[in-house]
Amino acid sequence: MTRKKEQVRVLSQEQLAAGIFSMWIATEAAGEARPGQFISMYTNDGTKLLPRPISICEIDREAGALRVVYRVTGRNTGTEQFSQMKAGDALPIVGPLGNGFPLERAAGKRAFLMGGGIGVPPILELAKELDCGKKQIIAGYRDSQTFLREEFEENGELYISTEDGSAGVKGNVLDAVREYGLEADIIYACGPTPMLRAIKAYAQEHDIECYISLEERMACGIGACLGCVCQTKEKDAHSNVNNKRICKDGPVFLATEVEI
Amino acid sequence: MDMRVKIAGVEWKNPVTVASGTFGSGEEFSEFVDLNRLGAVTTKGVANVPWPGNPTPRVAEVYGGMMNAIGLQNPGIELFCKRDIPYLQQFDTKIIVNVCGHAPEEYLAVVERLQEEPVDMLEINISCPNVNAGFLAFGQDARHVEELTGQIKRIAEQPVIMKLTPNVTDITEIAKAAEAGGADAISLINTLTGMKIDIHRRTFALANKTGGVSGPAVHPIAVRMVYQAAQAVQIPIIGMGGIATAEDAIEMLLAGASAVSVGTANFHNPTAALDVVDGIAEYMRQYGVKDVRELIGGVR
Repeated sequence: MTRKKEQVRVLSQEQLAAGIFSMWIATEAAGEARPGQFISMYTNDGTKLLPRPISICEIDREAGALRVVYRVTGRNTGTEQFSQMKAGDALPIVGPLGNGFPLERAAGKRAFLMGGGIGVPPILELAKELDCGKKQIIAGYRDSQTFLREEFEENGELYISTEDGSAGVKGNVLDAVREYGLEADIIYACGPTPMLRAIKAYAQEHDIECYISLEERMACGIGACLGCVCQTKEKDAHSNVNNKRICKDGPVFLATEVEI
Repeated sequence: MDMRVKIAGVEWKNPVTVASGTFGSGEEFSEFVDLNRLGAVTTKGVANVPWPGNPTPRVAEVYGGMMNAIGLQNPGIELFCKRDIPYLQQFDTKIIVNVCGHAPEEYLAVVERLQEEPVDMLEINISCPNVNAGFLAFGQDARHVEELTGQIKRIAEQPVIMKLTPNVTDITEIAKAAEAGGADAISLINTLTGMKIDIHRRTFALANKTGGVSGPAVHPIAVRMVYQAAQAVQIPIIGMGGIATAEDAIEMLLAGASAVSVGTANFHNPTAALDVVDGIAEYMRQYGVKDVRELIGGVR
C-alpha cells in the first residue's frame, strides 16, 4: 500500500515539432524511474477516465523531475489536454510502471539504440545511461522535424532516417543501418509495430540479442485488467496461456519471446 | 456506527467489493489498496481450463466510460486454486470467486472444484457480452437462467450470486428466474454491449468489434435496474455499474442494493474502492445513520 495516484506539478511545456510536445514534471517517481519505463498520465477531465501510458524520455533524479515527450493523437483527446497544460498546473499520474530496458546486457557490446516516431523519446534516457562498447543511436522520423536531435548527438553516434528523405537516409531505421554499414551485438528498440517486426527479423537473421518496447491501449496500467496483452512464444507462468501483460511484464521484451 | 452487511448469510465488514475483472485477484492492486479494508474481493472470472481471451485492442475509452472485450482471459481453475485463493486468504476480507464458462458443464466443473476451497461466495457470470459461443443466451433467457441456477445450486457448497446482464428487455423477469432457480443473491449490472469506431483508421476500436460499456456513463441505467430488481425479488442484490464515488454507492444502496461493487473506477483511481468505503462512513456521520442497513432500499 505504498503507492498511490499522485498530483504532480508541471514544470515546463514546449512544442518540439508538429504535434510533438515535451513536458517536465516534478515527481518523487523520478527517484526510482529507469529508462524504458512509463507513467500513466490522467486528465483532469472526468469524461476521460483511462490513463495514457507515456514513456519516460529523461530522468533528473537529483531534481526529482521526469521528462515526457508525447504526440497529440487528435482533436478532443487526452493528449491534446496535456499539451495545453502550463508550468504550475497539476497533473495526476501513477508511476513509474513497467520493467524498463535491461542496461546490464550491453556491457562492452556494440549497441543499436533504435527509435521510430513517438518511440524515439524513450531512447534518449537509454542513451544517457547505457554503458556499452559502441553506442549507435538510430532515430527514424517522418520528416525533417527531427526532435531531440541535439540531445542524441551529445550521447552517442547519431544516424537518422526519414520517411520522406528530407533528413538523413530516406526510409526507415534499418535502411540507415544498411546505408551506413552499421553492425551491432545488441539491439534496443521502440517504435511502431511494423518497425519492431522488421527489427526482430533483422536481429534473428544476424543472430543479435534484441529487446523491443511494445505499446498497447491500457486500462489499469498495473497488470490487473489484462487489457494490454501481447502474444508470447511460450506459455507464460502468470497467465497460464501464451499471453504476457505489456504494462506489468513489459513494455520491454526479448524480441524472440513475443509474437508481433 | 455499524457498516456490516449480511449477504446470503455471509457477513461483510462493509458493503463494498470490487467488480469482477477490474481487480485481478487483488495482488496487483494490493500495492495501492489495503485489501483488509474491503468488504469482499471479487476475483476475475475463472473457467475450468485456461482461456487466452480476445485479440487486442481489448479496451477503448468512450465519453464518461470505457469499453472492453477482454474475452475472459484466465489461468484456469487449477492454477487459480493453487495461487490466487491462498493469496487472498492472507487478508481479512471475504473472497468471492467469479465463475465463467461457455456451457453448463464448464460452469459446473468450476463450482465442483471449488466445493472444498476456502472461498466465501460464488458469483456466476452468465452475462459476459464478449465471448462467442452462443452462450450469451443463458443470461438473456429466463428459462435458461432458472435451469442453470438450479444445476449450480445442487452442487455448490458456497452461497451463489447470479450476475445478470442489462442487455435484456425486462430485468425483473431474469431476476425472478434466478430467484426461482434458488440463487442466494443476484448482482447487476454487467456491461452494456456497445461499439466504437476508430474514424482515423476506419475500423472498429476493439478487435472484437463490440465490447462492454462501463463507467459513470452507465450508472443511471444500473440504478434503475437495481431498483426494478429490488421490487421484484426477495434475495439480496449487489449493485454495480459506474460507481466511482461514495455518492454513487449510496444511491445504489437506496435503490435496493445490499452491497455495491466498484469497477471501472479502479482504473481511473486505484484507491477508488477505499474512497467509497470512507465516503459512505462520512455520509453516515453527516446524516446520523447508525447502521448502514438503514440505507438499503431506502427509496421505494
